[in-house]
Amino acid sequence: MNRGVVYYILGRFLQSLMVLWIIVTILFLLFRLAPSNPLASYIDTTFTKEQEAALLARFGLDKPLGEQYVIYLLNLLKLDLGETFSYAGKSVLDILRADLPNTIYLTLSSLLVAYGVGVLGGILMAALRGSLFERVGTTFTLMTRAAPTFWVGMLLLTFFAFQWKLLPSSGIGPALVRYRWETEWDKLMSPVFWRHMILPTFTLAVYLHGLPLLLMRSNMLEVLDQDYVTMSRLAGYSERRVMIQTAARNAMLPVLTALTLGIGYSIGGNVVIEHVFSWPGLGRTLVRAVQQADYPLAQGAFFLIALIIVFMNFIADILYSLLDPRVGASAQAQVS
Amino acid sequence: MQQEAMMRESQPGQAAARYRQSSAIRQLWETNLEVFQRDKMALFGLCIFAIFALVALFAPQIAPNDPLTPLKNNEGDWIKDALPYWLAKPGEDEAEGYSNTFLLGTTNIGRDIFSQLIHGSRSALLVGFSAAAAVAVIGTVIGLLAGYYGGWIDTILMRAADVAFGIPFIPFIIVISAFFDPSIWNVVIAMAMLLWRDTGRVIRSQVLVIKEQAFVSAARVSGASDLRIIFVYIAPSILPLSFLYGSFAIAWAILTEASVSFLGFSDPETISWGFMLQDAFNSLALSRDAFYWIVPPGLCIMLTVMAGFFIGRGYEEVLFPRLRRM
Repeated sequence: MNRGVVYYILGRFLQSLMVLWIIVTILFLLFRLAPSNPLASYIDTTFTKEQEAALLARFGLDKPLGEQYVIYLLNLLKLDLGETFSYAGKSVLDILRADLPNTIYLTLSSLLVAYGVGVLGGILMAALRGSLFERVGTTFTLMTRAAPTFWVGMLLLTFFAFQWKLLPSSGIGPALVRYRWETEWDKLMSPVFWRHMILPTFTLAVYLHGLPLLLMRSNMLEVLDQDYVTMSRLAGYSERRVMIQTAARNAMLPVLTALTLGIGYSIGGNVVIEHVFSWPGLGRTLVRAVQQADYPLAQGAFFLIALIIVFMNFIADILYSLLDPRVGASAQAQVS
Repeated sequence: MQQEAMMRESQPGQAAARYRQSSAIRQLWETNLEVFQRDKMALFGLCIFAIFALVALFAPQIAPNDPLTPLKNNEGDWIKDALPYWLAKPGEDEAEGYSNTFLLGTTNIGRDIFSQLIHGSRSALLVGFSAAAAVAVIGTVIGLLAGYYGGWIDTILMRAADVAFGIPFIPFIIVISAFFDPSIWNVVIAMAMLLWRDTGRVIRSQVLVIKEQAFVSAARVSGASDLRIIFVYIAPSILPLSFLYGSFAIAWAILTEASVSFLGFSDPETISWGFMLQDAFNSLALSRDAFYWIVPPGLCIMLTVMAGFFIGRGYEEVLFPRLRRM
């Protein structure tokens, strides 16, 4: 790795921090737009004016906006996301810390399934181009991208959970089982947990597999036209070897970048699926917090999701520049 | 003298630019025609939109009942959970005190599902097309300005795009919808605020190429103002790209509106397909196998979203011919 690339990465990193700072500022202002009193869920009609003022002071809401903003930024740096309104005695960070792993498990497992199926399917579609199978397959994939994920989830629930009673319909496990999970490791080792994950994972994969499949297919078609593929065909390698070893390896690179971006965006997009399957993750917490006007919690969940997206965008940028020599070169030119 | 010479010199340039401009507009029209002539799927997508547009326009005439009013039978009881007439057992409904004419049955509080489906096309198309128009216009203008001017204008606009890329889309729309009075316009505004980013970036890079071409320098030499060059000379060449992203934006907008309504952040007085699915989900229609309630709204969402995809792909295949190899 040469110095140009290091400078490029450093520059991108600073840029990402800048972007994050602007998003945090937008978030701060956005939540000041909230129509009801931020403490509406707290304040009882029986409260006296003094009690109300004391409560506002406790949450720092009596200070001027500028001061609140500075406190907010300093607290974010300390990863202090404040107290929740609706869960007594728990900090926002406590709740998000419990949610984040569940969201990550769901996202990663569905992306794994989706990209596995998508990459193999894309190779197959490219190999069979022009056939009836390819046309039906591509149309089917387009349909899965057009179907709302929550609706696919509802249909799968109806069949697998309610009609055939094969799989659990919601949550990550019965309370009695969850009680015995003392660490994340216990949870991951529990078959009950995995059984609960099947339906939401599959639902998400139905939607997510479309992008890698279509991307892989068009990359393959492009790569198959290149001279080195023709060369290896002329060299007498079997069609399967040409497809997989020569073409697919090169066509994979853009799909990997898409996967990196996909991690960030699916964490943001899982909200609806977590709601359908009552999956205790970031998205469900965000929806509930907004519904219950628990603004610190909603703000915290939003911040965490944005943080993940910005970070994954940064990683995808770096990956892209390392994989594509032209970007590296122009990056060097820009820096020097 | 010198001025006169300059003016005389500029004449051919201006004529060429004017010619180029009229041909650009003709090209734009031809590109649009080509998309729908060449690609049968794009034409199919257009037909789907046309049919749903007619349904939306004449919704009150087509729908047999009001979508929000719970219906009563002859004895004054609510007609709850009525099966579609083609699923109901003969004679059963007369015993309940009404004659069953419900194509898709009724909800758990006795609203006519078919009428809701018909009325749902209104919010879907309204949100889809207005959000797509907003996204395409904002993205195109930002892309044009950033690409043409470059420098600090470009830097600011593209950093703004980075910020828009970093804000989680669905959470942002949920928060906006929750903070303002429930209305489908929240979704449109929130989408317009974020989704211009893709269109803007692509159009900017296209403008970077086009502005180096001879007809742009010709227009500049002949004294056309920057804004005139941008909107009269460059814009027609990149508009097919705006249409491409606009068609996809229709699809995303319909999907997003459905998700937000499904999560319960839409106006309960406006029937939409997402709202119907939320209603079905919350009243446990899943465990009662009420397919007649769950399936139709989802199919309608899927059809309209696919229509947007098909049209978008039609543009893609004309604009990026390398994708055309099949």
